[in-house]
Amino acid sequence: MRLEEIARLIDADVIAGRDKLCALDVDTACGADLMSDVLAFCHERTLLLTGLTSPQVVRSAEVAGLSGIVFVRGKKPGDDVIELANALGIPLLATDYPMFETCGMLYGAGIGGTYRLSRAEGTSS
Amino acid sequence: MTARDEHALEMDFAVGRHDFAAAGEVASRVKQVLRQLGIASDLVRRAAVATYEAEMNLVIHSNGGKVVLRVDSERIVVEACDLGPGIPDIELAMREGYSTASDEVREMGFGAGMGLPNMRRCSDSFKIDSSVGRGTTVTTVIYIAEPGS
Repeated sequence: MRLEEIARLIDADVIAGRDKLCALDVDTACGADLMSDVLAFCHERTLLLTGLTSPQVVRSAEVAGLSGIVFVRGKKPGDDVIELANALGIPLLATDYPMFETCGMLYGAGIGGTYRLSRAEGTSS
Repeated sequence: MTARDEHALEMDFAVGRHDFAAAGEVASRVKQVLRQLGIASDLVRRAAVATYEAEMNLVIHSNGGKVVLRVDSERIVVEACDLGPGIPDIELAMREGYSTASDEVREMGFGAGMGLPNMRRCSDSFKIDSSVGRGTTVTTVIYIAEPGS
């Protein structure tokens, strides 16, 4: 599913990386507020859903090679975080839906989780 | 680093105590350098994740230190060295979920006792040397080629 379709589905504002909306295809997502879990268990090109808005979220996405970040439950990051995301080419979306609802909407639309990938690779723990 | 390897590379990156604003810059740089060297993307990712966790550990826990990246044709080595305070109980520090980090650090999404275990998970060889009052060196090795191949 293209990122622009995801933005529409979860009624999200695009706050960075608008130019990537049409180009990025996402088939896996992960919901987490613990960046060490993101680093350990998220696969490349995963879309991260989080309630954290610190610069470390953008750094984690860059280091782990994620597709983009969705801030849930109405959280909006500061300008420094948006600037960092633009500099690193990480798209940022923001939705008022809470984590559970956002995950459910994406899962219902066919976006998978990272567990199936980890299980296929034998790396889940 | 082997003396026979003409293409060996070594880079040092300083990391300041509690420099949260810069945390992650070294990992981004390491990722960029390894990509430029044409290293396979899964190895680049593992090295970048290990570097980021090492960097966060230096920022959160140390009195300041540095990350050293060494690359030759056989391996990627990420070494995080600090100036203290040292780890009193390494076995306890390696336990997933154990952390002495502050609430401020937890609000950033770290400090849940996953840093060192994550570094070990990313590595083919992993070593911690620590002395209370003197400092800690954490060495992560990722093989590009099988040793001796």
